[in-house]
Amino acid sequence: MTMSEGDLAVAQLKYVRQTTLEQQPPPASLTGIVGWLRANLLSSPFNIVLTILISLFFLWIIPGIVNFLLIDAVWTGADRDACREIVQNRPIGACWPFAWERMAYFTYGSYPIPQRWRVDIFFAMLAIGVFWILWLKAPRRDLAAYYCFIVLPIVSYILLSGAEFLGLPHVDTVLWGGVLVTIVVSAVGIVVSLPIGILLALGRRSDMPTVKLFSVFFIEFVRGVPLVTVLFMASVMLPLFVPEQYSPDKLLRALIGIAMFASAYMAEVVRAGLQAIPKGQFEGAQAVGLGYWQMMRLIILPQALKITIPNIVNTYIGLFKDTTLVFIVGIFDLLHTIEVSRLDPKWATPVTSTTGYAVAAIFYLVFCYAMSRYARATEARLAASERR
Amino acid sequence: MSIDLRAGEPPASVPFYNDPKIRSIAYQVALCLVIAFLIYGAASNAIDNLKRANIASGFGFWEQTAGFDISQSMISYTNQSSYGRAFWVGLCNTLLVAAVGIVFATLIGFVVGIARLSKNWLVHKAASGYVETIRNIPLLLQLLFWYNAVLKALPDLRDSVKIPGGAFLNNRGLFMPEPIAQSGFSFVVGAIVIGIAGSIGYHLWARKRQEKTGEQAPVFLVSLGLIIGLPLAVFFAAGLPLTLDYPEAGRFNIRGGIEILPEFAALLFGLSIYTAAFIAEVVRAGIRAVSHGQTEAAYSLGLRAQPTLRLVVVPQAMRVIIPPLTSQYLNLTKNSTLAVAIGYPDLVQIFTGTVLNQTGQAVEVVAITMAVYLTISLVTSLLMNIYNSRIALVER
Repeated sequence: MTMSEGDLAVAQLKYVRQTTLEQQPPPASLTGIVGWLRANLLSSPFNIVLTILISLFFLWIIPGIVNFLLIDAVWTGADRDACREIVQNRPIGACWPFAWERMAYFTYGSYPIPQRWRVDIFFAMLAIGVFWILWLKAPRRDLAAYYCFIVLPIVSYILLSGAEFLGLPHVDTVLWGGVLVTIVVSAVGIVVSLPIGILLALGRRSDMPTVKLFSVFFIEFVRGVPLVTVLFMASVMLPLFVPEQYSPDKLLRALIGIAMFASAYMAEVVRAGLQAIPKGQFEGAQAVGLGYWQMMRLIILPQALKITIPNIVNTYIGLFKDTTLVFIVGIFDLLHTIEVSRLDPKWATPVTSTTGYAVAAIFYLVFCYAMSRYARATEARLAASERR
Repeated sequence: MSIDLRAGEPPASVPFYNDPKIRSIAYQVALCLVIAFLIYGAASNAIDNLKRANIASGFGFWEQTAGFDISQSMISYTNQSSYGRAFWVGLCNTLLVAAVGIVFATLIGFVVGIARLSKNWLVHKAASGYVETIRNIPLLLQLLFWYNAVLKALPDLRDSVKIPGGAFLNNRGLFMPEPIAQSGFSFVVGAIVIGIAGSIGYHLWARKRQEKTGEQAPVFLVSLGLIIGLPLAVFFAAGLPLTLDYPEAGRFNIRGGIEILPEFAALLFGLSIYTAAFIAEVVRAGIRAVSHGQTEAAYSLGLRAQPTLRLVVVPQAMRVIIPPLTSQYLNLTKNSTLAVAIGYPDLVQIFTGTVLNQTGQAVEVVAITMAVYLTISLVTSLLMNIYNSRIALVER
């Protein structure tokens, strides 16, 4: 060790420490659980009050929910007597035997029991399609889009509605219900709204005045009115606009309403994506001699859609929740089957309604939460690919 | 230069059908023809179908007697009133629930949105949990839950919960004492008007003085005194010109007082809680959009935390928050149409529901309903655009 003159001067001062101290651990009050509590929960008097209030709230609400759903819940029983406080002489939570007995109705509605395997196959095919298109490492993902947007709709229609020449008896859409209808309505909304939404978005940015005017008018009109009125329009006005013999059935009318509504919202999402593409991309595509559709298909839309995926998924979440509104025009979606079942005298108890709504809430929570996680993961992935 | 420049003259080899201008005109003509054909087809079918079903057309039904009762109306209405009157009742009810809903949703939304940015772990987890849960459950399900599982499960009339102060709560609603203005009450109203006008004037004066001399005036305290203190003083001076009409429980119903229907309450709860979750996200994004450098710059100028928030962060955050906030308000107004599922007499329930069923005039009724919502939307976005152009950042 060499010493410079300055160091020597310091070394002569007795009160200056010559050796470096051992590194000390941080004080106990700043680390571990105590430190975390102090920093995150108890940093100021106001925070202490908030922490106490929210803890009290959780202490009140969580045991309430757990008691209702699990501890006080009834798990077996044949009818309402199993879920009545007067009969059982104990506090009663959720009435699961009711939900369990009605589960088939919640899933298929009034679809004929011998034909329900067709619905199961439809669910399986849909699940395959969803995994194929969303799972990034799936084999042959190039075929997934054709499967989801062309094969699946046609096969599902034949399968669910029936085709006499294949030996599948016709099942009227009046009998469809429950999760089946919820999924069909949202799937049709999803499959139809993307292409129409893209066309409307392109139309809105078009140079042709009439095309632009028509697109703007459609988008702003549909976005300016509530979905309920669009559904009413589809269900009471549409039959007036077509010759009597072609009058569409109730489910188809609701589907048209949902598809119109979803397309207008999708158009705005896609337009936002198109606006984010720099002008150089358009000019570059034109410079290499691509026509309008080639430019859109090969250069612009792939980039625009990629950055809008999170927003598209968020629109789908909204659409999935909005499918409950077909209830109002008399379609038996999941919520409607629950609403009908909870009034069944066989299960009439004070807890039946809440049990039914809990089933629906769990269903929608799981699906919407999964979709929003996917959107967030995609966002993170896209952000990572943008980083240099 | 040996290059032959023949500008403006298209090469002779391009046929007319490849000329972009001609193509564009052809496409537009085709589109117009298709739309005209669709409209013509729809109209002629509609005329045929209406004639066959023997349904009248036109707006003659507006003056006819409605013949049905409405459970809640802000303007006088009996079952002898006209369909037109019923329309106005419905519109008022829609605007009422939307206005009250907007106030509550804004309050809850701002609290939750700020709580999501809190440093307190429990607070921001609770706020995130609220937003994630509420946003992922359909509004209709929430409305049905509030209405059928909570409010309809309250005790019935005979076992009403008595709330101190003379109110009753049961499954037919909340019954509260109704304040009735006596003769001297108009002085109090006048005092409120004077108070508001005075505080606006004082605010303007104080701002001018601050710009000139730098002296600050206690605007908040003076406004508080003018708007609340002055009317209170007049109220006492006029000899308490207000009596309360208490609801009285009879055997089969409750007389007197103000009644809040369970349908209204359920719709209000559902709309406020649902929209608040979206407003919370808007608020959070708005506050995060103000870069931290702004806060640090304010601190380095010597501003304390509270003025920094009030003078630096909030004004900039509001610029980001207000446009999406308005669209949430519009969503709330549009979502109030779900009233039809729980029987709150809003515009859609009365007009597109009952009136449509009674008259059968689908085209007119749906068109009027849509026109109302479209007007609300367009007026709001017009005001929004004016506001936006006023507050937009003016860059150099």
